[in-house]
Amino acid sequence: MKVRAQFAFVFNLDKCIGCHTCSVTCKNVWTNRKGVEYVWFNNVESKPGIGYPKDWEDQKKWRGGWELKDGKLQLKSGSKMARLANIFANPDMPEIDDYYEPFTFDYAHLQNAPLSEAAPTARPVSQITGDKMEKITWGPNWEDDLAGEFEKRSKDRNMHNLEKEIYKQFENTFHMYLPRICNHCINPACVAACPSGSMYKREEDGIVLVDQDKCRGWRMCISSCPYKKVYYNWESGKAEKCIGCYPRVESGMPTVCSESCVGRIRYNGIMLYDADKIEQLASVPNEQDLYQAQLDIFLDPNDPDVIEAARRDGIQEDWIEAARKSPIYKMAVDWKIAFPMHPEFRTLPMVWYVPPLSPVQSHIDQGGLSSDPGSVIPPVENLRLPVKYLANLLTAGKEAPIVLALKRMIAMRAYQRSIHVEGKADTRALDEIGMSEEMALEMYRYLAIANYEDRFVIPSGHEEVRLDDFYAFQGQNGFTFGNDSSPGISANSLFPERRKETVESRDPAPSADER
Amino acid sequence: MDLHQIVYGVYPYLCLVTFVLGSWIRFDHEQYTWKSDSSQLLSKNGMRLASNFFHIGVIAIFFGHFVGLLTPHSVFTALGVSDMAHQGIAILAGAIFGTMALIGGIGLWLRRMLNKRVRAASRWMDINILGWILLTLVMGLSTLPFSIGHAEHGDATVMLRLAEWVQSVVTLQPNPELLRNVDTVFKMHIFLGMSVFLFFPFTRLVHIWSAPVGYLFRAYQIVRAKRPA
Repeated sequence: MKVRAQFAFVFNLDKCIGCHTCSVTCKNVWTNRKGVEYVWFNNVESKPGIGYPKDWEDQKKWRGGWELKDGKLQLKSGSKMARLANIFANPDMPEIDDYYEPFTFDYAHLQNAPLSEAAPTARPVSQITGDKMEKITWGPNWEDDLAGEFEKRSKDRNMHNLEKEIYKQFENTFHMYLPRICNHCINPACVAACPSGSMYKREEDGIVLVDQDKCRGWRMCISSCPYKKVYYNWESGKAEKCIGCYPRVESGMPTVCSESCVGRIRYNGIMLYDADKIEQLASVPNEQDLYQAQLDIFLDPNDPDVIEAARRDGIQEDWIEAARKSPIYKMAVDWKIAFPMHPEFRTLPMVWYVPPLSPVQSHIDQGGLSSDPGSVIPPVENLRLPVKYLANLLTAGKEAPIVLALKRMIAMRAYQRSIHVEGKADTRALDEIGMSEEMALEMYRYLAIANYEDRFVIPSGHEEVRLDDFYAFQGQNGFTFGNDSSPGISANSLFPERRKETVESRDPAPSADER
Repeated sequence: MDLHQIVYGVYPYLCLVTFVLGSWIRFDHEQYTWKSDSSQLLSKNGMRLASNFFHIGVIAIFFGHFVGLLTPHSVFTALGVSDMAHQGIAILAGAIFGTMALIGGIGLWLRRMLNKRVRAASRWMDINILGWILLTLVMGLSTLPFSIGHAEHGDATVMLRLAEWVQSVVTLQPNPELLRNVDTVFKMHIFLGMSVFLFFPFTRLVHIWSAPVGYLFRAYQIVRAKRPA
């Protein structure tokens, strides 16, 4: 057993209202720069829809993620040699128009235009060429709230085995929001595809990053990430991606997108997993077993053996404690109401999703949902959102786990409704699926109330473990001897950095009880 | 010292020193700028043919020159490669890969000049260096009729003199006189080619140093720890 800690997320889609606050705050903090105007580390898609970039889920087209080749895990884009052979022109590389041509508007014209009969207009301007654009034909969220024709959005890969004709009818239309960030996968395809070895997963918290100095712009990560969450900065020529807001997370703060979420749908926490099992579990033959495989890779932070192994592998006490209180663990493992998105990509993603239920209560009240005689829980198969669609998105098509999760959520609601509306706890719905009142209350606390301290259980990073010279850190942190931006990083530097180490003894002081 | 001696006796060293030291300083100090600078995101059209032709052609030409010019004459003789066979291989390989690189290069140049997005994202040096390489290629291919002419007369002396000159430069005994009487087109090609090394550290060409061969031998996943091992 090799215990590693992972900074993980759960997004509760049941409460996402598609307001894009996450996208906008993220954009303002991280990608409001030249070359990444088109990049949204966080975006929110309206589903069904083809998404951003177009058809990103279609791996026949992009060849992202992993596949099994003779029982062995291999990137869908082929062998290492195959990728190097394609390095001069990556055939799977998306084009800017697959995202959208970034644009702004000629606002200055509104002030500078000469007096005229008609009010002046601010025409769109391409942020690449600076030319005026005739018409904006695609954007980062072009399908917002089911905009556009059904024919187009039904190209959504998750619709491929659904009776499209049924959902074409207005009465049967369904809709949900899907906020997406980098999944900080346990088995990241982008890292595996990077020819220069510039991408890496951090051992301490599992955040996946691009070493900007080491990136050579070979572009294999862009196409190999099945979620299309590594982007190419066309100005710097480097790959960029969601950095999990690591400077915030290291200080114990939630990511910007999570912090700013008005619906309180985002949860940040620690998960412990067994790094020795990655390859074995990512290569289970049946795609539909991958959800369970990923559950199996997680370690129980209350198990004394796990705790001992975690200590042995250098995981700090407060991190183990945080893993015990992890909201992610509760939702993913204890309650089984959260799921990884597209586990069939075999990257073991670490942003999990609680499937959406709404709108359900009013539907039940209107008699829209027939329930079996003798049952208080309406059959989830009758919900507006087809279970099959959710299963295609979250469990590689396996419906049973989704059905159970939805039933638990309905039962929790029915129970709470009985308390708050009828004034008397009615546990029939809970009993029907064997859920305890305690669990229902806790689920209610986490899902409905979603207090800040329940949503975000983030231990701060342990900089003191890394530093061996505290005096230098304390006295010189933030000060450089000039040439701040590029200090020279190679071992045999022509212009070596100024030394910073201090002369004070670094031996730790003896403990009080050591005599 | 006349101009000929400066260009073929001194200039090669200026180019080589700039090439090595310039690359090192840039790698050392400005690694963020060390990249292939791909513009494939902005336009994929025609890239598959143009970029592959250009890269494969240029790489083959580079190694062809490297082996053909730097291998001591005695080694070829010992291996049983006659001068005429050597010249024949050089002409054939040069013609094939030179044409390939030229076709690809023209494709890339047209794309860079005519595609509005690629043009907008291009830096001055991106356009210049591509143009310069194309010029070098054209000049290199223009030497073919001369070489073929020499070969038809069973005369390999020019080729041998070129190789001898290159070896005189790398062994620090520059002998520009060897080139004094070769055809101007060879001299032009050599000047243009040497200059590519001079410009090298200041262009996107530096990504050549980083050809990711090591990728084939490493594990898929990379995990970095902050704490010292």
